[in-house]
Amino acid sequence: MLTDLEKKTILVLQRDLDVTPRPFLELAQHLEVTEAELLDAIRSLLAKGFIRRFGATLRHQLSGFDANAMVVWQVPEEAVNAIGEKLARYREVTHCYAREPAPDWPYNLYTMIHARTAEEVKQLAARMALEVGLSAYQILFSDAELKKTTMRYFHPEP
Amino acid sequence: MPQKKLDRLDRAILNEIQSHFPIAERPFQVVGERVGASEAEVLRRVQEMYESGVIRRLGANFTSRKLGYTSTLCAAQVPVERLEEFVAEVNRHPGVTHNYLRRNELNVWFTLIAESQERLKDILAEISRATGIEILSLPAKRIFKIKVDFPV
Repeated sequence: MLTDLEKKTILVLQRDLDVTPRPFLELAQHLEVTEAELLDAIRSLLAKGFIRRFGATLRHQLSGFDANAMVVWQVPEEAVNAIGEKLARYREVTHCYAREPAPDWPYNLYTMIHARTAEEVKQLAARMALEVGLSAYQILFSDAELKKTTMRYFHPEP
Repeated sequence: MPQKKLDRLDRAILNEIQSHFPIAERPFQVVGERVGASEAEVLRRVQEMYESGVIRRLGANFTSRKLGYTSTLCAAQVPVERLEEFVAEVNRHPGVTHNYLRRNELNVWFTLIAESQERLKDILAEISRATGIEILSLPAKRIFKIKVDFPV
């Protein structure tokens, strides 16, 4: 499904792009292909969904949305899809996943919320709860970022 | 993090390179054409925002599942006095990409990506063995939304 060039492209794209006039040229030379061939490979990886997004990732704090919380919901299994789709529509919800619950942890729907303040997060969660008719939820505010990095695929562990 | 306030051109550049980064020979020139600035000006500002930490990364975000990888969200209840040790053990694994301290009995939450289910299990077992702390694994069944770009 992936061409050899696409596989190699995945490897070289794991580093950040250089902030230079022709950032793709050096990568192409490294792979011994033309710049146009590399650009085509990147477009193809985007079209096929191997690359989810290409571009800059910003620090959330800068956008003024620095109250970050995970809200976990206990949803009847048969309603997970309908409720998940509803909650995903909120602008402040950046991630929404259905997950397997665990023993003593019955929550099966997870939403990441970014808002300006903790109070806003609480009000929003209450509004979401009301809209979907759920009362079993918890808000887990984040107190510290302990690690945030990017996965390096196809690299042997050190 | 000391930062200058972002001006209108900075914000225009950020919005372009977040969501519509040009896959082109001279991407910063294309961005410049879209926001009404020279290539050199765009390069200078992007470099500055990189150095000041406004831009955390610039490049490809892969769909781990399509690359054959598997991932899970993990949670653990860690006594405060053992946090440092536990977090160091967790974070040394390259497949741990995000880790947050959260206000809950389950206070440490991290994501783990690995090349197979077996490898995921092995890594979690290894962390539990090294620390004596039990870890909940909560794999995703369905993704409704992932949105990482923000209008600025």
